[in-house]
Amino acid sequence: MVEFRYRTDEVNEQPSVTLDSFLDQSNSTAVRLEPDDDARALLPFLDRLALIEIAFPKYRDGRGYSSARILREAGYKGELRAQGDVLVDQIAFMRRCGFDSFAPEGSLNPADVDAAFARYDHVYQGAADAAVPVWKLRHG
Amino acid sequence: MYQYDTYDQAIVDARVEEFRDQVRRRLSGEMTEDQFKPLRLMNGLYLQLHAYMLRVAIPYGTLDSRQMHLLGHIARKYDRGYGHFTTRQNIQYNWIKLEECADLLAELAQVEMHAIQTSGNCIRNISSDQYAGAAADEVADPRPWAELLRQWSTFHPEFSYLPRKFKIAVIASPEDRAAMRLHDIGIELVKQDGVLGGRVFVGGGMGRTPMTAPEINPFVRAEDLLSYVEACLRVYNRYGRRDNIYKARIKILVHEIGADEYRRQVTQEFAHVKTLGIDPPLAEFDRISAFFAPPAFETVSDDIDRSDPDFAVWLDQNVKPHKQAGYAIVNISLKPIGGIPGDASADQIDVMADLAKQYSFDELRVTHAQNIVLPHVAKRDLYAVWQRLNVAELADANLDLISDIIACPGLDYCSLANARSIPVAQKIATRFADMERQRDLGELKLKISGCINACGHHHAGHIGILGVDRKGVENYQLTFGGSGAEDVSIGKIIGPGFSEDGVVDAVEKATEVYKSLREGDERFLDTYRRVGLEPFKEAIYG
Repeated sequence: MVEFRYRTDEVNEQPSVTLDSFLDQSNSTAVRLEPDDDARALLPFLDRLALIEIAFPKYRDGRGYSSARILREAGYKGELRAQGDVLVDQIAFMRRCGFDSFAPEGSLNPADVDAAFARYDHVYQGAADAAVPVWKLRHG
Repeated sequence: MYQYDTYDQAIVDARVEEFRDQVRRRLSGEMTEDQFKPLRLMNGLYLQLHAYMLRVAIPYGTLDSRQMHLLGHIARKYDRGYGHFTTRQNIQYNWIKLEECADLLAELAQVEMHAIQTSGNCIRNISSDQYAGAAADEVADPRPWAELLRQWSTFHPEFSYLPRKFKIAVIASPEDRAAMRLHDIGIELVKQDGVLGGRVFVGGGMGRTPMTAPEINPFVRAEDLLSYVEACLRVYNRYGRRDNIYKARIKILVHEIGADEYRRQVTQEFAHVKTLGIDPPLAEFDRISAFFAPPAFETVSDDIDRSDPDFAVWLDQNVKPHKQAGYAIVNISLKPIGGIPGDASADQIDVMADLAKQYSFDELRVTHAQNIVLPHVAKRDLYAVWQRLNVAELADANLDLISDIIACPGLDYCSLANARSIPVAQKIATRFADMERQRDLGELKLKISGCINACGHHHAGHIGILGVDRKGVENYQLTFGGSGAEDVSIGKIIGPGFSEDGVVDAVEKATEVYKSLREGDERFLDTYRRVGLEPFKEAIYG
């Protein structure tokens, strides 16, 4: 279940399929990537996808962060959902990598989530979000 | 010295408050220790055998007197009066209370310091050459690049949950004083046709599978360096092994797929990453570089009065040439005979801070060999500096000698250790307490680790000692032939291990073999490399 969503479009109700089955018959609009799936396999199909769900079986496994950025860097505009072992202390990094919805397995306190997003006013590096790195602010 | 602007300060202040909140949730029971562990680790807080240990970052080992004084203050107020300088050019405190930790970090933040990313599977504190800005052989000051990397890597959203920890070193001299090729990424700044760039090595490291990093790119243009490093990290984050913690470092990935294949993947990723605009403009590099401009050196005499013989000994051993005429680099040994390598009392920390303020343009450095450097001391002031160090018991003249031992905290403190390191270091230093004997042996880098994780850099020791647990008894293996310098190599185990006293005897025998076989100016390492293990083995086990 999606607990936190930061998009205004309609939720895609179609169940997501695995990468393999998507590549077999790519008429689905929702796909799910496991940590060891190559996100770049989806690049030819980004236009027709409305939802890409990236699984985090363990929060320690950070491959999904790179998958998310690769998809956003390739111009993917649809929903990018982090699903699984998603904790409040990772959620701000995830959003910076381009995730815009979160389906944590455990429940998260919405106030804590808001606080996590509001914690840092500045970032040092560019990523897949709109945050402007401080080196850009320093030099107008 | 780099100085924070309001952006840097805001980020560090926010981190303190975030950590305060995490500690509060832990203390109230809202969070379990399991949930808290990765969070505290990301902030350098380890639960050790007896208490919490906090590791404070000293970016590229550079700090000023105000920061050094605060480190002394923290030792007094939050610890038992000591700080322990580490091989990562950081400082650790061994007796920290969880409830006080956020206040401690808030005090650090007031002097532009933090504990961000001093542990955890993220990009750690960037290390560098302790002689940066003072060494005659550097092509540029490496610290602006280290600072750029520090900022880029701080809270990097993509690389905070890497397969394993990640260490980067930047140097700018052909002489490697930072064990650059034993890092996950080592960068040597070089000039090609007058243009500055980085020679990039990837996949070095110690631990249970020691490897020296192969060269992945002979020349990355300076303006591409961050993108290139980002590409290196992305390939690692995606393809580094996560099935086995002992095979998760980047060295294993580079080794398993081969340097050529890794290079090919990085080249491909870099071509993409470079289009993202993550490299700051030259103006930002210039802004940072301005903080590292040379201090206002005066025209002073090169003459030194050597009439005090004790001073002369220290001068010859611990003072190194500076690129500026009339100045010198002072090494302060934290290796008194019988002491704990890298430890300094709060009072000693204050003395070193005062000396830096008065005599070294307010600058200090921490070395990976766990010593302190005053980088810019006028030669006319050397005697006064030495006298003050002498009073503070900081004037041991043993830089790079056999008693200048690197040792990890070992089983006396560390929850990972299998054996004690500190007592072995103390016994060896005491055995060789006669300074004339040490000087006769010359440069001999002895490094001790209390477990296979190799925090004491034993693989890089001319003589290395590894403590292991053999059926409940501490046992020490000897390795010879390692080096963390530009002639980098991994030491080889010489044979069966020894008891604590046995290993001290074996080291002594090895030095006797060296003395009988050395030719000309050969160091222990040179003789060993020339004659091989056999004569040593015969004397030790024969």
